Amino acid sequence: MKIAIASGKGGTGKTTVATCLAQVLAETGLRVRYLDCDVEEPNGHLFLHPEIYESKPVTVPVPEVDREKCVGCGLCAKICQYAAIACVKKKVVTFPELCHGCGGCARVCPAGAIREVGRGIGVAETGRSCKIDFAQGCLRVGEAMSPSLIRQVRDIPTGAELDIIDAPPGTSCPAITAIRGADFVLLVTEPTPFGLNDLALALDMVRELDIPRAVVVNRHEDENLSARKFCSERHVQIAAEIPDDRRVAEAYSQGLLPVIALPEYRPYFLDLWANVNKLATGTPGKEPA
Amino acid sequence: MKEIIIISGKGGTGKTSLTGAFAALAENPVLADCDVDAADLHLILKPKILETHDFSGGKQARIEPDKCTGCATCEEVCRFGAIRRIPAKDDISPPFFAVDPVACEGCGVCAWFCIPKAVQFEDALNGHWFVSETRFGCLVHAKLGVAEENSGKLVTLVRNRAKQIAKERNCPYLLVDGSPGIGCPVIASLTGADLVVIVTEPTVSGEHDLARVADLAKHFGIPVAVCVNKADINPGMADRIRVNAEARGLSFAGTVPYDKAVTAAQVAQLTIVEHDRGELGKAVRKVWERVTALADGKDTK
Amino acid sequence: MKIAVTSEGSTLEAAVDPRFGRCKYFIVVDTDTGAFEAVDNVQNLNAAQGAGIQSAETVVNQGAEAVLTGHCGPKAFRTLSTGEVKIYVGVEGTVREAVEAFKAGKLQASENADVEGHW
Ligand code: SF4
Ligand code: SF4
Ligand code: SF4
Ligand code: SF4
Repeated sequence: MKIAIASGKGGTGKTTVATCLAQVLAETGLRVRYLDCDVEEPNGHLFLHPEIYESKPVTVPVPEVDREKCVGCGLCAKICQYAAIACVKKKVVTFPELCHGCGGCARVCPAGAIREVGRGIGVAETGRSCKIDFAQGCLRVGEAMSPSLIRQVRDIPTGAELDIIDAPPGTSCPAITAIRGADFVLLVTEPTPFGLNDLALALDMVRELDIPRAVVVNRHEDENLSARKFCSERHVQIAAEIPDDRRVAEAYSQGLLPVIALPEYRPYFLDLWANVNKLATGTPGKEPA
Repeated sequence: MKEIIIISGKGGTGKTSLTGAFAALAENPVLADCDVDAADLHLILKPKILETHDFSGGKQARIEPDKCTGCATCEEVCRFGAIRRIPAKDDISPPFFAVDPVACEGCGVCAWFCIPKAVQFEDALNGHWFVSETRFGCLVHAKLGVAEENSGKLVTLVRNRAKQIAKERNCPYLLVDGSPGIGCPVIASLTGADLVVIVTEPTVSGEHDLARVADLAKHFGIPVAVCVNKADINPGMADRIRVNAEARGLSFAGTVPYDKAVTAAQVAQLTIVEHDRGELGKAVRKVWERVTALADGKDTK
Repeated sequence: MKIAVTSEGSTLEAAVDPRFGRCKYFIVVDTDTGAFEAVDNVQNLNAAQGAGIQSAETVVNQGAEAVLTGHCGPKAFRTLSTGEVKIYVGVEGTVREAVEAFKAGKLQASENADVEGHW
């Protein structure tokens, strides 16, 4: 099973939920892998402190033009939708940083002058943190092609029973790429007007992808029921409510996993997992008390 | 006119709340919300929309079933797994093909190689962008359709329109709520700006992400001011962030305390300086003073 | 020879557009005869990305041997240089003034892009 932990915006506690869930479930004996697909800002490693066994450069295919063979027909420039290859005065210029690796230019070249070579956009790393299998992607600073990297991290083969995917925040291409193919999505939100506005957008995205989903309310306060109201209006279940606790924020700020620093938080994640299982199999989960 | 971009690297650091507060404090500003994925500025600025425009971020392929012969060429050439094969019901006829609009990257390769020209390759309508009036000044913002992506193009569009308005109205400041991350939208939000304010938190991840966005700003040669929000959650780390920032040649714009009034202001649909006249409001004012001094080049430290 | 000037309008009296890739028009002037033609750049102006590269292709295809503009990013610069077009940046005033300055030899061709032109 693959579950993706996502959120409409960053900073809602997505990484906290993903890493705590991984930790708590690994302790129960489940073989868990945590995949950090938030490749622009991978943070999971700061809490899981994994030992990295392997670090592989990730590349996208970009064209390399053989000037001897090129006849200057300009078809490559014509097919390219991203201006990554131009043809002026029968000479070809390439801009690899704009290339999406669609392969169109090489396919269209009548002279067989284009060969595809790899251009590094970041690294994919795999390792282990105690009982948890660990994988992450790390995008090179200044690089725009994050979906390619996410795809490659997401597709690293595994022997784990459960994949916990820490997805990038937002509702755009990187988030969609990370979530695609997951069996279940948990959307982490805060019960604030900003948080619920972003949750609405994220819910629309997950609905569009047609993946079963539930909400995790982080920094829940008993006197603030705005998230419950929102979720019942939007017909989505709440799988967990994690209380607003300054000690959690402090543990997090020091790079400690809240479930280790504050063991009383473990049941929240065990319940969360039980609820996910119920929802994923179609039986309605119990509303958290 | 000085263009100030507020970004955070990591989201949820209070960037939008601070941008809103700056909007209230700046005299006659123009505002741009480039955080299109999580556009929240409108929740506190309550804009009155004056202009609505369509936004097309690129092209998209669509297969016309009548013309498709089921040759599967499109499926073979598409590198993004965006062509779906739908088997015919009778098991004898060729399968149908359809484009998955969410996965399609708009590269056009399928359209080029489809012999019967069954692939229509057309501008996709990805969302809308708006010019609005708020109680503090003009706001340019956008809303994308479901599962549409923010892009450098949209950010550039929003920023350019805001810049144009700022020039026309002779506004001294353009405040841009920038996109999160270090990818293409954030690059488009900050290139050519006068000052980048990075809002961070005193957490290990806040510190880590700060380093990444600061590198990005440096890569594009833009001056950086660092502001630590919720500084009292971990004062030791807040201080370390300041020392490290200064050692890296970045300016330090100050700290803001952790305060539930930030959420209360959101609920009241007000900026934090309108809502809170206490310590929080004071701290934010101080940060804004320093930011303007830096943007105006009056602070050379 | 033919030169292209980035312009905010379609006449010789229009102001030089400081942007290269996203300029409104190119005014292509024949410096020998004084004849000129305005080339609408709206398609590239609205390009999702690579506006500079596509504008550079337009200029080369117009047969221009030099470009007068405000700023030019690295990608446009590379494309123009490959197309054997000389680039003059920091040009201001009206298109007519820019052309006169060019003819009088007051402008100096750039060796490098002068701005970071990501978008
Ligand atoms: S692979 Fe595609 S995106 Fe890259 S240069 Fe060729 S046509 Fe353009
Ligand atoms: S398609 Fe091939 S032959 Fe034609 S210009 Fe491009 S590289 Fe040269
Ligand atoms: S290439 Fe064209 S004809 Fe062939 S399956 Fe695709 S859409 Fe149909
Ligand atoms: S346009 Fe490109 S990405 Fe979209 S379906 Fe066609 S080949 Fe695939």
